Amino acid sequence: MSKLRADQQIIANWIQANSRVLDLGCGDGALLEQLTQHRQVSGYGVEIDPKAILQCTERGVNVIQQDLESGFGHLRNHSFDYVVMSQSLQTVQKTDEALLEMLRIGREGIISFPNMGYIRGRLQFALGGRMPVTRSLSHTWYQTPNIHLCTIRDFEALCREKGIEILERVVVDNDHATRPGMNWMPNLLGKVALYRLKKS
Amino acid sequence: MPTNKQPRSLGIVQPQTFKSQQALTLDCGQTLESYELVYETYGELNATASNAILICHALSGSHHAAGYHSESDKRPGWWNAAIGPGKAIDTDKFFVVCCNNLGGCDGSTGPTTHQPDGETLWGADFPLVTVRDWVRSQHHLMLHLGIEQWAAVAGGSLGGMQALQWSVDFPDLLRHCVIIASAPNLTAQNIAFNEVARQAILTDPEFCDGHYVREGKVPNRGLMLARMLGHITYLSNDAMGEKFGRHLQRDKLHYDFGPEYQVESYLRYQGEKFVGTFDANTYLLMTKALDYFDPARDYGGTLAEALRRSTAKFLLVSFTTDWRFQPERSEEIVNALIEAGRDVSYIEVDSPNGHDAFLLDIPYYMGTLRAYLENIDV
Repeated sequence: MSKLRADQQIIANWIQANSRVLDLGCGDGALLEQLTQHRQVSGYGVEIDPKAILQCTERGVNVIQQDLESGFGHLRNHSFDYVVMSQSLQTVQKTDEALLEMLRIGREGIISFPNMGYIRGRLQFALGGRMPVTRSLSHTWYQTPNIHLCTIRDFEALCREKGIEILERVVVDNDHATRPGMNWMPNLLGKVALYRLKKS
Repeated sequence: MPTNKQPRSLGIVQPQTFKSQQALTLDCGQTLESYELVYETYGELNATASNAILICHALSGSHHAAGYHSESDKRPGWWNAAIGPGKAIDTDKFFVVCCNNLGGCDGSTGPTTHQPDGETLWGADFPLVTVRDWVRSQHHLMLHLGIEQWAAVAGGSLGGMQALQWSVDFPDLLRHCVIIASAPNLTAQNIAFNEVARQAILTDPEFCDGHYVREGKVPNRGLMLARMLGHITYLSNDAMGEKFGRHLQRDKLHYDFGPEYQVESYLRYQGEKFVGTFDANTYLLMTKALDYFDPARDYGGTLAEALRRSTAKFLLVSFTTDWRFQPERSEEIVNALIEAGRDVSYIEVDSPNGHDAFLLDIPYYMGTLRAYLENIDV
């Protein structure tokens, strides 16, 4: 079994044993494999990329081939303990609806996204006059899948507006480690933000 | 980890016959006091009988799923692409069983075999059987072979329906269930196609109310039309367009009813080829089994309820251009399984080949099937 990415490890630590998890955009299934084998978690990954799906199958992880945009109307309210969306929220068409849908299906939602407020990006835009390209935002503007980028402050404003309660927040760098200044000025110094959420 | 073994052919395989002395009461109410199933097996059953996979065939399939019957045999079994040493359904690991379904025309008891008196052909008197009846008869075969639990039951199309029915009727007798290009029941449109096929056969003057053999006749016209219609629905518009376009069969237009376009000639050929190998009564019976299939019916119409007792893990596969059993139909089964809290994986394979894609060697499809089956402990 492969080691988890540091952000996945943070997410794994948030998830209680024996719970039911839906991992939207599950990639190669590493998170679910870990949770299934060590936390007796049951659940499904949702993925669109055949290569990643094949990796999930090789790992023995339940994976459903589906486009995140096609909706989850068939899943009942709170039919999962957690709905996870790691590094994919900024790629969906209707971010606010996706977020609310996650919190309808799951008792809690867990998300992570690259922070557009990070200082390097701000400087590239303010001083260079160009759209930021950083390690956590590595695409050029014309080919990026990230169509709804936001800052930590933007995201938290959306949560307030939609009645979403933030249960936990972790702000990390590209290696998904928390450095001293990040908790002091997360929106300026954090590169990736992770949240555990529920609908109030 | 994927193996790098070269896939090989099974070579020559031989059918066997299971004579059941156990009576089988059918859904229609009739009882068969005894019956026979012709079947083939590939690979070796291990000491604990934990490596057996049942393969269920579709409408025109048979027990001959893989390998060849003789050196001069031109065509291998219907799922040779998937079954064999080193293939997705690896016969070096699994003991594979496939039987000709009850009511079939490849040797198992059905319209073309004799009634218990040993003289009278069943013909039209053979009762209509259902997917549930088939599963019950396959269960008898399973006991005969000394298998207590299938490692997996797998099938495409009508074969997938049998796999699904197994998980409902015998929820703890299979560890995995592989359902390919299938559906939880037929739509009105699908039943309609079947009805046109049946009417083509039933109204053929040579049909003689199903007793055509007794009368020394064969309803070739009707069976050919039924097959032609079916064949159209197994291909996609794109696949047909690519294969035939509007290409002419002859050098120029003749303004008559001969085959002007290549697709006409192709369909006639497919129809004629089928007529020589298939029985009209069996075709009627198979289409009825499809129509009647509805495992949710006994569970208040809720498939999730029907699946709740199953202990199997599931793999479902659909194909993008399959309009006979659309991906949405497979997703209905997937959603019911999620609702029932069962383990399930699902892939939608991008293929231009319509419903028939389930028989083809498509890398993503075969790779997923292989990876899934490799994870099964035997």
